[in-house]
Amino acid sequence: MSRYTLYKNARLLDPATGMDMIGQILIHKGKIADIGQKITTPEDAEIIDCKGKCLCPGLIDMRVFVGIPGANYKDTVKNTGEAAAAGGVTTVCVQPVTDQIIDDMARVEFLDNRARKAKVNFIPFPAITKQLEGKEMAEIGLMSRSGVKAFTDGNKSVANPALMMRVLQYASMFDALIIQHLAVPELSENGVMNAGALAVRLGLPGIPTAAETIMLERDIRLLQSVSTRYHAAQITCRDSIEVMAAAKKNKINATAGVAVAHFALNEYAIEEYRTFTKISPPLRSENDRVAVVKALKDGTIDVIVSGHDPEDPESKRVPYESAESGVVGLETMLSVSLELYHNGFMTLLELLAKMTCNPAKIIGLQAGRLEIGFPADICIFDPDAPQKIDPEKMISLTKNTPFDGRPVQGRVLKTIVAGEIIFEV
Amino acid sequence: MSEAENTADCIFPHQHLLGIEGLKEQDINFILDLADKYVEQNRKTNKKTDILTGLTQINLFFENSTRTRMSFELAGKRLGADLINMTSSGSSIKKGETLLDTASTLNAMRPDLLVVRHGSSGAVKLLSRKVNCAVLNAGDGTHEHPTQALLDALTIRRRKGKLARLTIAICGDVLHSRVARSNIHLLNIMGARVRVIGPSTLVPENLRELGAEVFHDMKEGLKGCDVVMMLRLQTERMLGGYFPTISEYFTLYGLDYDKLSVAKEDAMIMHPGPMNRGVEIDAEVADDLTRSAIKEQVEMGVAVRMACLDILTRKKRQAEK
Repeated sequence: MSRYTLYKNARLLDPATGMDMIGQILIHKGKIADIGQKITTPEDAEIIDCKGKCLCPGLIDMRVFVGIPGANYKDTVKNTGEAAAAGGVTTVCVQPVTDQIIDDMARVEFLDNRARKAKVNFIPFPAITKQLEGKEMAEIGLMSRSGVKAFTDGNKSVANPALMMRVLQYASMFDALIIQHLAVPELSENGVMNAGALAVRLGLPGIPTAAETIMLERDIRLLQSVSTRYHAAQITCRDSIEVMAAAKKNKINATAGVAVAHFALNEYAIEEYRTFTKISPPLRSENDRVAVVKALKDGTIDVIVSGHDPEDPESKRVPYESAESGVVGLETMLSVSLELYHNGFMTLLELLAKMTCNPAKIIGLQAGRLEIGFPADICIFDPDAPQKIDPEKMISLTKNTPFDGRPVQGRVLKTIVAGEIIFEV
Repeated sequence: MSEAENTADCIFPHQHLLGIEGLKEQDINFILDLADKYVEQNRKTNKKTDILTGLTQINLFFENSTRTRMSFELAGKRLGADLINMTSSGSSIKKGETLLDTASTLNAMRPDLLVVRHGSSGAVKLLSRKVNCAVLNAGDGTHEHPTQALLDALTIRRRKGKLARLTIAICGDVLHSRVARSNIHLLNIMGARVRVIGPSTLVPENLRELGAEVFHDMKEGLKGCDVVMMLRLQTERMLGGYFPTISEYFTLYGLDYDKLSVAKEDAMIMHPGPMNRGVEIDAEVADDLTRSAIKEQVEMGVAVRMACLDILTRKKRQAEK
């Protein structure tokens, strides 16, 4: 690709700088070569007219489960990449949870090799503890030295406080990011939905919000004596948000994410025991959902993730209590999130920051910004185009979306990775 | 009993040797100077003197030990003491007797020297309050191991001619090491520059308060060092909790020629033993005769312990005369 490509007449949205203007962007050798209202363009450049549609950095999704290695029936790297592209996602952060836990360099390299077949960027987030058992540290040092930036036990908490303290101490030597799933095992392992009146009515065992908040409070307490970079993968309730807000005020090096489902749905989505609404942490009360929206607006929550977790139909077509947790979300992340913009809760730039420059900064990636020299990972979308979410049209192998039939506004038109158009409607 | 009244007739003003902390530079030099003489004696064919004839030494080891106990045993025998070993297995300790009951029982037998090792920090000091004789700490928990620090000092002093102003790195599991603590104290008293190197889980930042510079990057810490002291890593206790795997530990903190290359060209290497080859130290480095002082340390150990036994009984022996 030695040719230049010019995307003109685009509404350039760069959350990192606050840029929001009609202009053009020039791409060369997979990188952003120039950007602005008037830029000099080589004569032989290919010119693409964006017709005033929005052009923003490609989305970075910090929480995606892929069945590699060992669980291809969930989804493959290639197909996950295509689903991501359809959702405007150019960087997928892979959770270590699969049949063969990604907890050492050999597995990281295996995933890296597989990821070459995919069109989007795959970034492995290996396990903090061996086999996700929460007992022994994984080789955080050797993996960090080989370029791994973040570690997480995926959908498990590092529950032992003594181990967590040493993990934080150890990780600080390599400036590694520790991403924690917040759930005190003893308070959450038997529950299947949010604890409360609805759980009582449905006769389902509940998970109290305290399961999340206690773990967060504990970690924040541990972080007072180490300077490790810490990210709470998902905070989903008012109490956790208060803890996170106070931590940030006290200059603790902590950030937080939330999954689309947690601000777009509340526990009532379960209705008649719809297993596609079963996720971890569970969908919360309306009060908590409103608190999450507010926390996104005021910056207490830094990142929006899809939490994309394919589950084959067999593990969902069972009674609610026996069903696996997890929903797919790569393809719906942007269009469902845009509700926050259309409803007037957030500006477009505020919203996009949660899926572009914020995650890039937290992970430490040179991505997520429309800046000269940055990779030309770009999403072009129409924020107003109406559509109805249809699982049958999804690329994801499994169709376990909780947004089945939901009318949304917003559609991805083009997804570009390293200058190459990998998705187009 | 008061320590002050000793000073008149004996330069060493302490009744016991419980730790390095609290000693003065002249106390340490006094021990090391005498130890130098015992090194010479130990190299002769006839290694025996009779200065401790008639005195009773009890080695009381609540924790397993081979080399330290043997070293103290040889030291006592070469000075002519009557010597008894008592270990935790197969003794009243195993039958549930408390530490202080054991102490008062032994005290009733009128020993002159008690050499004590115990798994709990502070236990040797507690015991010393209940007996009339001199007590030598042969290692208490993760607190102190004074004779090890003294033998290390003697080894360095004989190779480098001094201790003051040398840069000495202590590497590995400092957090759980009594050897490291005693060495940090001693080297600070003698005016050396002390560095500690290891993962942040085993080398906490607050070691600065003991007078050591803290490094988590081994090459950075070894830069320009005169002496590299390795510590034994208790892998069975540490694995998974304090660091992930042996291969990661060795890659980051194992002493090999590559990491050693940033230390001074004539940097000497020490290890209190027993070594884990391929864990904290590369086998080649450990066997490098020009650099490794590991065997000298063992030799100096006997001499230093003879000096300590001699010094701590002087007052008593002089009083009898």
